[in-house]
Amino acid sequence: MINKIVKSVAEAVKDIHDGATIMIGGFGEAGSPIELIHALIDQGAKNLTVVSNNTGSGNVGLAALIEQKRVKKMICSFPRTANSTVFPELYNAGEIELELVPQGTLAERIRAGGAGIPAFYTPASVNTPLADGKESRNFDGVEYVLERGIKADFSLVKCAQADCYGNLTYHATARNFGPIMCTAAKTAIVQTKKVVDAGDIDPEIVVTPGIFVKHIVEVTNPANESELVAQKLKYPW
Amino acid sequence: MVENKIKIGWGKTEMAQKVAQDIPDGSYVNLGIGMPEMVADFVPEGRELIYQTENGLLGMGAVPEAGKEDPELINAGKKPVTTIPGASFFHHADSFTMIRGGHIDVCVLGAMQISKDGDLANWSTGAANAIPAVGGAMDLVAGVKRILVITQHNTKDGSSKIVNQCSYPLTGKGVVETIYTNLAIIDVKKEGLKVREMGPNVDFEYLQERTEVQLFQ
Repeated sequence: MINKIVKSVAEAVKDIHDGATIMIGGFGEAGSPIELIHALIDQGAKNLTVVSNNTGSGNVGLAALIEQKRVKKMICSFPRTANSTVFPELYNAGEIELELVPQGTLAERIRAGGAGIPAFYTPASVNTPLADGKESRNFDGVEYVLERGIKADFSLVKCAQADCYGNLTYHATARNFGPIMCTAAKTAIVQTKKVVDAGDIDPEIVVTPGIFVKHIVEVTNPANESELVAQKLKYPW
Repeated sequence: MVENKIKIGWGKTEMAQKVAQDIPDGSYVNLGIGMPEMVADFVPEGRELIYQTENGLLGMGAVPEAGKEDPELINAGKKPVTTIPGASFFHHADSFTMIRGGHIDVCVLGAMQISKDGDLANWSTGAANAIPAVGGAMDLVAGVKRILVITQHNTKDGSSKIVNQCSYPLTGKGVVETIYTNLAIIDVKKEGLKVREMGPNVDFEYLQERTEVQLFQ
């Protein structure tokens, strides 16, 4: 019997180990799996490498994980966001590493990692400092830079609906990095707003097929990061 | 005391209008954060444009009414938006397949510097204490068919944003097609920067005085 549903966010993240590479979904607050991140803060794993488009805002979610000094390195495209002060302070103090990646390159590196492609050529970042030290090659008169696929030990993703097999649907622009991050991690951990019965999601509209997902946990009323930030809340509460 | 001020050049809305006029009917368009977003407000009558936002939406609509915002339905600037009938959502790798794969017709971006050869710098000053952040700009300039830049002609301290060579780190080399500033519309040509149109009460001498690069008409 396959049943990927676990009872709590704590159970979902219990195997995350020190030094793990973790992909965290979300573009700004849309799709950010705040409850899973908070469970990871409680769980205690440290020395993490986090792959995520941004670095969180305020003192909750990803920003709180960074503030707790649990992240040694961020791989992201846009570490500055409105209300984002935690990362800039630690970065300027030399306490956190940054690998800055163009957003499309970040997405493709994750996609490639999940698809068994170790590296690929892209035109993005050619002739810029972000191509420094990377192999380049000319195809049909155009210059491209070699980029490596990224794999992760774990992914933390938020979705709208999930069944016991791990089939997922998403909501609006909260989809963003979720589907590709599920493919690129050994263990994809997903918080869903709703667990539904197998068969309730029409196979035609499944976005992430269950094979890419390890654990599902239902979080029926996920917090909105912007509301927590507006209330100046800080995690741990 | 009322001072009699002569208006020189265009305001931001007029600049956005000028850009909008140069985007043909039926185009798929990606608008950068800030001033480029204003272009959507000035699409000429009878034209239909489809807006792509790189965080996963094709068919982006207007700003929602107050109270109807969905924090999970946002644009690349992380502001709430709506969908038009016929919109679609997709994940980031598909989004950048549209962008890098040459499926988007037009992208409008802001700029810190543009060179005489159409090089664009718009993501970092390169200063030691600046937090570098690039987002999707490098992918957009690498893949979108036409890159239009909307920007003030000069920086706040009066220096020219149009330069012989960018001193800031590049976003892309030789990527800009046209520059829309408060003073002029300037096309990037093989032979140099060609002034297509000047704003109200701007003449060529006035424009050239405020531009590091030698322009031609």
